[in-house]
Amino acid sequence: MADAGSLPRAHGAGLAAGRWHERTPNWRDIVAVLLLLATLILLGAGARQMVAPFVLARPPQISLAPSALPMYTLRTVVRMLAALLASLVFTLTYATIAAKSRRAELVLIPLLDVLQSVPVLGYLSFTVVFFVSLFPGSVLGPELAAIFAIFTSQAWNMAFSFYQALRTVPTDLDEASRSLRATPWQRFWRLEVPFAMPGLVWNMMMSMSGGWFFVVASEAISVGEIQVVLPGVGSYVATAIEHRDLAAVGYAIIAMTLAIVAYDQLLFRPIVAWADKFRFEQAAAQVVPHSWLLDLLRRTRFLNRLFERAGSCAEGIARWPLTFRPAAPWSRRLLPRNIVDALWLTAVGAMIAYVIARLVHFAGPELTRSDLQIVAGQGALTFLRVLILIALASLVWVPIGVAIGLRPRLTAFVQPIAQFLAAFPANLLFPVAVVLIVRYHLAPKLWLTPLMILGTQWYILFNVIAGASAFPSDLREAAASLRVRPARWWREVMLPGVFPYYVTGAITASGGAWNASIVSESVSWGPTHLSASGLGAYIAQMTAAGDYPRIALGIAVMSMLVIATNRLLWRPLYTLAERRTRLD
Amino acid sequence: MTGQHMADNSAIPVLELSKVCKSFAKASGDPVPVLADIDVTLREGEILGLLGRSGSGKSTLLRIAGGLVSPTSGAVRYRGDALSGPAPGIAVVFQTFALYPWLTVLQNVELGLDALKLPATEGLAKAVAAIDLIGLDGFQSAYPRELSGGMRQRVGFARALVSDPILLLMDEPFSELDVLTADTLRTDFLDLWVEHQLSTKAVLMVTHNIDEAVLMCDRILVLLSHPGRIAAEIPVPLAHPRDRLDSEFRSIVDDIYAILTARLTESAQTRHALHGGVAQPLPHVSTNRIGGFVETVASPPYLGCAELAELGRKLALEVNELLPVAEALHVLEFADVKDGRVRLTAAGRVYAHSGTDDRKRQFREHLLRFVPLAAHIRRVLDDRESHTAPRARFDFELQDHLSKDDARRTLNTAIGWARYAELFSYDDRARQFTLAR
Repeated sequence: MADAGSLPRAHGAGLAAGRWHERTPNWRDIVAVLLLLATLILLGAGARQMVAPFVLARPPQISLAPSALPMYTLRTVVRMLAALLASLVFTLTYATIAAKSRRAELVLIPLLDVLQSVPVLGYLSFTVVFFVSLFPGSVLGPELAAIFAIFTSQAWNMAFSFYQALRTVPTDLDEASRSLRATPWQRFWRLEVPFAMPGLVWNMMMSMSGGWFFVVASEAISVGEIQVVLPGVGSYVATAIEHRDLAAVGYAIIAMTLAIVAYDQLLFRPIVAWADKFRFEQAAAQVVPHSWLLDLLRRTRFLNRLFERAGSCAEGIARWPLTFRPAAPWSRRLLPRNIVDALWLTAVGAMIAYVIARLVHFAGPELTRSDLQIVAGQGALTFLRVLILIALASLVWVPIGVAIGLRPRLTAFVQPIAQFLAAFPANLLFPVAVVLIVRYHLAPKLWLTPLMILGTQWYILFNVIAGASAFPSDLREAAASLRVRPARWWREVMLPGVFPYYVTGAITASGGAWNASIVSESVSWGPTHLSASGLGAYIAQMTAAGDYPRIALGIAVMSMLVIATNRLLWRPLYTLAERRTRLD
Repeated sequence: MTGQHMADNSAIPVLELSKVCKSFAKASGDPVPVLADIDVTLREGEILGLLGRSGSGKSTLLRIAGGLVSPTSGAVRYRGDALSGPAPGIAVVFQTFALYPWLTVLQNVELGLDALKLPATEGLAKAVAAIDLIGLDGFQSAYPRELSGGMRQRVGFARALVSDPILLLMDEPFSELDVLTADTLRTDFLDLWVEHQLSTKAVLMVTHNIDEAVLMCDRILVLLSHPGRIAAEIPVPLAHPRDRLDSEFRSIVDDIYAILTARLTESAQTRHALHGGVAQPLPHVSTNRIGGFVETVASPPYLGCAELAELGRKLALEVNELLPVAEALHVLEFADVKDGRVRLTAAGRVYAHSGTDDRKRQFREHLLRFVPLAAHIRRVLDDRESHTAPRARFDFELQDHLSKDDARRTLNTAIGWARYAELFSYDDRARQFTLAR
């Protein structure tokens, strides 16, 4: 074979091409280094301010000057990045434990299901106090609270996807790595993480796209007496609302647009293009994702060498022959398996009982029967709104999405726009809508409602587009050749085909609408307050008043409503869709 | 004899394609021709076969006949009238079955009646009758996923036949099925056809299986590729049921092999002129298959010279798999391919009896001498200071002469061969060529 076979790869290449040339940076290095340095410096600047002193009573003043906006945007982006890293660490640990331990799984997975359905902004009201007290006098406390809120909007679906992937690692690959006597640590990095990577990256993108909404929402919080204002795009818009400055809102929208596009181009495109090599299908994909940045980095000489070094370091860590001896043997010898299970379940049950008792003890004395009635009524109102909005959005976007998806050129043009619109934090647009409602004296109960779905309806659109463009061409041709009439074409050919994609989009859209209700059912423009009532408005009002028992009640009811819709509507629909479109 | 189906030939043909051309737009501007000047006349009572390798545009031709694709130029007439879009009386059976997974067998078949706007009861009766005719009774309520491949294609046939079509178009209908199932389905269909149980007046069938074409068709059009054009018309004057071992049957099969291979070497020669041979399309064949093929031909009973038809049966390879290997050997000058037989050259015989390292060396020499593209890439890499070159450079060069897909495939083949020969290497992450070693 090749004469350099025994040498390490980098050396072999160096010998073949002459070392000296290979070490010389090329022009691409300069561009890439500049990009890299600029990113690092900017991120560092953003991060340094996160540990500045902070006085609760006197939150920092937010300047509405457009020149201040780049710095605010930067800080928002850094928060986002920090939350993403936290979510990644959480995913790699939580999901792994759930997938590896049957007993942990018993608790962790249902818990994840519940965590997922708690409205993100609900976490904020409770955690902000905790984090502020953790770092008194430092802005780090509120920063962490905001990051935690964003984390809660990202972590759960990432963890779910990773858990699913770990459970479905192909048996042959697993057996192969066992027969090569790889330790669990090696198997994790060599097989399981790579196998889960495409799904994880996709879910990270979805998480990010939802995350912008919450990063904006979590920068200006007031829970009762506690006022937290963190410099960022969100607080900039909040200040603009206070001052009724529509131009500033416009600047913020532009800044956010640029930030999202940059994030996509500089972070996610490269990651998606890179993760493509982990796709498990042996057949080559039709469309291979590309990223100009990744191509640039891969063709640089100097940086590529640097990355290779870093890569081989990381590989070294992945190769550590760490072994985890399962701690079970002693207990297995002493007690039969089912008794341990019973003990474990009892412990878990006791824990749950204790938490519920604490909650009742905490909130019980404050709450009356009429509170329950009010919350139930408000919950029903918001529930109705979500259902109607999803139905309306489906009526509008499904036909449009199908029309676009069947035209490849149009799809290539519209799909990125739809994905961008889904990522764009709709709460930045609220003031525009509110100004219109105020000016034309429209009824807030009706006209505030569409705001809930302003940002999340795009999930329906882009999933339907994806579904229609993936619709098998032979099935389309068959329908054309049979000259199926339009009514039947929609009913029996196209709609069943895009149904699974639609359900995926609708689940995301409805989850997003519930979350958005907290900020969209109760809005203000300067001193003017508009409320559409509903559960979201209820939670928002109680948060402003700092009434913790009622915040808890509102959040609990909302979580239960979300869980109920997921269980009773979306999950059965999804199962049905999946079963019907399967051919094998 | 098929005479029973032959109405008088003076009647209007069921389908008539004259001077049909089809080209697809290309990113760089010039359209790539897929079909050039095709004339086909399909008369009442006959099964006409379109036989060709992949890339010969035969499926596109069938779609033009079905009104699913419109030709770039030329005329398509169905029973004397110009065809524009899917028309009543034309039905298609798809290679992939094209069944809707969310509809039951009955619903899938009923979809074929939608355009007829029949009353519900009448439609149901017709659908059930078609299901019975095609041997699917009892499966009405099954979903496609519950059926085997053969049963699925029966549904495909029932759906096409339920509307009593005049013209039946079949796009490689048996190629996704295993040999046994395909045989049964073919026989069942021929029985219905010969016994006049179908309203269908004419059948146009696309296939790459020579045996299948000779078994079923009354006439076969052999298509060549780049661009797709008709090379020969072969009548099959045999009575049904036909016997594969019959000497007349065998001689028709051999004729077709001879036509396909004659054109193969001829096209390889003319292609050499293209861009100094650099843009010669390479057959997508792995070096493993080349090695195995050379060994088989070199060993008894062939001892260096074999009939392709015979080899196809022995190796269970269909013509669309067999011909590319033969072409690769021809291009690399390990063998001469002529008149349906493959004869190893002296180099080919040596190659067959060499060990791995010697083989690699010989392959490398032949690659440099006889595959201008490989030599060209190597030269560019040698000339460049960095000894690297982006793939896009050669992609664009090839796309001046080939379609985008052909350019990609040709380059991929060159990469595969060069990797084996250790002539140069390719980094798919950076999409650039590098020197091996």
